[in-house]
Amino acid sequence: MLAPVRHILPLTTILRERVLPINGKVSARLNQKVSATDVVAEVSWAREHVLLDIGRALNLSPDAADKLIQCKVGDRLSAGSVIATGRGMLPKTVKVPREGKVVVTGGGQVLLEVGESHTELRAGIPGTVTQIIPDRGVVIQAAGALVQGVWGNGRVDTGVLTNLAEQPDKVLTAERLDVSLRGSVIIAGQCKEANTLQAAAELPVRGLILASLFPSLLPVAHEMRYPIMLTDGFGSMPMNSAAYRLLTTNVKREATLNAENFDRYRGTLPEVIIPLPVSSEPAPPQEVTTFAAGQTVRLRRPPAAGMIGTIIVLHPGLTTLPSGLRAPAADIKLENGEQVLIPLINLEVVG
Amino acid sequence: MPASLIQGDSLLAVNIGAATTRAVLFDVVEGEYRLLASVSSPSTVEAPFQDVSEGVRNAISALQTASGRPLLNADRQLITPSQPDGSGVDAFVSTLSAGPALKTAVVGLLDEVSLESALRLAEMTYTRVVDSVGLNDHRKTDQQIDTLLRLQPDVVIITGGTDGGASRSVHKMLEPVGLASYLLPPEKRPAVLFAGNQKLDDEVKGLLSNVTSSLHFSPNVRPSLETEDLEPAARELAGVFLGVRQRQLKGLDAVVGWANGGVLPTAYAQNRMVRFLSQIYAGNTGLLSVDIGASAAVVVAGFAQRSTLGVYPQFGLGENLPALLQYTSLEDILRWSSLDISTGVLRDYIYQKALYPSSISATKEEQAIAQAVTRQALYLAVQTAKRKFPRSMRAPRPGLLPSFEPILAGGGALGDAPTAGQSLLLLLDAIQPTGLTTFILDKNDLLPLLGAAAARNSIIPVQVLESGAFQSLGTVVSAVVSASYGSLVVRARLVYDDGHEAVAEVKYGSLELLPLADGQSAKLTLQPSRGADVGFGPGHSGAVRVSGGAMGVVIDGRGRPLTLPQDPGRRRELVKKWLWTVGG
Repeated sequence: MLAPVRHILPLTTILRERVLPINGKVSARLNQKVSATDVVAEVSWAREHVLLDIGRALNLSPDAADKLIQCKVGDRLSAGSVIATGRGMLPKTVKVPREGKVVVTGGGQVLLEVGESHTELRAGIPGTVTQIIPDRGVVIQAAGALVQGVWGNGRVDTGVLTNLAEQPDKVLTAERLDVSLRGSVIIAGQCKEANTLQAAAELPVRGLILASLFPSLLPVAHEMRYPIMLTDGFGSMPMNSAAYRLLTTNVKREATLNAENFDRYRGTLPEVIIPLPVSSEPAPPQEVTTFAAGQTVRLRRPPAAGMIGTIIVLHPGLTTLPSGLRAPAADIKLENGEQVLIPLINLEVVG
Repeated sequence: MPASLIQGDSLLAVNIGAATTRAVLFDVVEGEYRLLASVSSPSTVEAPFQDVSEGVRNAISALQTASGRPLLNADRQLITPSQPDGSGVDAFVSTLSAGPALKTAVVGLLDEVSLESALRLAEMTYTRVVDSVGLNDHRKTDQQIDTLLRLQPDVVIITGGTDGGASRSVHKMLEPVGLASYLLPPEKRPAVLFAGNQKLDDEVKGLLSNVTSSLHFSPNVRPSLETEDLEPAARELAGVFLGVRQRQLKGLDAVVGWANGGVLPTAYAQNRMVRFLSQIYAGNTGLLSVDIGASAAVVVAGFAQRSTLGVYPQFGLGENLPALLQYTSLEDILRWSSLDISTGVLRDYIYQKALYPSSISATKEEQAIAQAVTRQALYLAVQTAKRKFPRSMRAPRPGLLPSFEPILAGGGALGDAPTAGQSLLLLLDAIQPTGLTTFILDKNDLLPLLGAAAARNSIIPVQVLESGAFQSLGTVVSAVVSASYGSLVVRARLVYDDGHEAVAEVKYGSLELLPLADGQSAKLTLQPSRGADVGFGPGHSGAVRVSGGAMGVVIDGRGRPLTLPQDPGRRRELVKKWLWTVGG
């Protein structure tokens, strides 16, 4: 059976495609070294539109109004510009209410785009631009440690990795967050109170790597301007030992936390990247494998949700689980020595 | 045009769900079509696989092993037609429900007329309505344009105007759609279905054909103010759905190619099959089909002349699960649980399950939570679907479900329950049927697959249905009554063909089972207490021939609507008792 892979790797080559949602301008150059927060591409688009009905304003048919429209597509108009003048001794005029650009004319109407929204696409990982995708973005390559999570709040930042979780299930409280942590990417266990997230914002920290979060805190986590990543899920789950070990052994190193939103269809996941010097390019991670005895796996659901174990035996066919359901399953030896029966669909290979 | 399937051809059918891809093989055995093998495999729509065809190939590969018939060649391509050496199949069909609900904008004139029809039409496939534009919309046209640009709908459904009626108002409604589509990058433009005043088709084509990803037309959903006909538009919408999915989902093109175009949205195929069955089987009552899985809850009610289809992604048990909490409370979900589970644990379960929609319950506690969630989601779906039932289908009391015979149930959450008793109890709690009903479990998700196959060969559905491929759970008598706990509701006597008999005195708040094996029938005589309706009218006795099933004959004396005790401890004891009655 095919097995998804959760990347928790001490050293690997990381390739990430970063693209704009629509065509824009790519500012990065090929082979350019970038930091995670560098802008690699940008795009501007109209924030809103104004539709001017010339026909109605001048009391004319659309065809007649079209003949009186004095602007064309692409024209940039300042507020108050006259775009149509009626007929007669005291002709009515139609003026542009706001500064804007003409995008459509016809049918006796003029559509203007007004205001401007600007999106900057950040590199998301520190590395080298290895490919330019014209008008859309770049591919960036980096080498280092990689820890992927299960949920992110969409922010990205870089800071020094600092550990506040003496154990993987330690609950982070606001009292633990003092001014010495300003600028840090903090490793913590669980978060159960909104004021903890708010206290981190006040410092501010550069990021929060949590094992788990109460679902009721999701709206607050979304509002935070700093990146938040969950390594394991929702509720009171401890951090999986593989992520905990790797993160805590890299304390004091600079780490990028790209808490990208989890998108199951595009395959984007939040991740921590710790750049490391390499003499040769390490192997890239495998995205998919098949389940096999001896593999290190992470358990996605109870029992032992979030724990790391080793596949001892893959049972042939379907196995009846304690829940009564029947599914392909394996015996997993947990790190505490306990052995549990887990359906394969609830497992992901760590690697 | 798809190649038609002639009698005697073998058929491979694949249902691609959000969590599971199921493959089934039908062929002729001793002159009749039979289900030869059925397997399932995890779907591969999502990352890291991101290729629908991979999951389909894996399922077919497992089917090869189960059936002993080679179906894929060395390049993992489908072998078709069947070969003299016994490999391959003659035809392939597929159904699809995987993928995110389509973001849909509906456009119409009057809220209670064409817009209402557009919304009902949108509910006939896997959509999420993100915007609604009508004559009563107080936004200016440019604000409507900006909203559409921000939401970037996958599909726009336009209705409005009776045939030969309003055209100017409809034209006005087209404006924001056309301008917004024009302003979007070509790859983000919506597919548009126009199902309004047919006289405007050419005008709509002129205005929208160059600014949409695809433009579709169907007969007017409201040919007159009094008439609503959604069926032709639903057929076209099925095509729109697939077109959008082909753009969204990698690997679907290969599946569509194998099927020669014979791929249908799962819910649409289910609806087609229910219509077919309701013409054959439904008498005075309707036929109900429910399916609940990761993508959506689907409720189809078939009546002699028509059917109603409701597709509810908001009640799906996969990635949308947290959205369920917009429609219900944690406490209302937990009322169904026999275990003492806190609202916090339930909330964590919901969010964690949404992260991994295909994951399953490994522990008893997780299974109890999963079944409570499924009950509530299906209950809400049935309550929502009920509003669409024709007024002629009268319920024994206002607010209750009309009588259906039979009720078919499918989908991973129902078909995979550990025991037949658990499946039946879940269905009774969620659907709350009235009167006499037979429950049939579709463990292999055959109903939509047969619906897809029916277009090629109408013999397959009939012969497979009669072959025992569906599991009969039994006959259920649901008493419509309000009484005090422990008071007598109905006396039942089941006389078997060999003359033996079984009797039960069913008290309010209890379930009673009378054994009757699958394939057997017996005469059931019911004597309800005063005011109780067991399908013959309030207080009326009667006798009827009933067929057996995995649970025999079940008499549900818990009343309708099913009211659970307020006290949590007493409620859990009662739920536990009911669970124990059906075998635990």
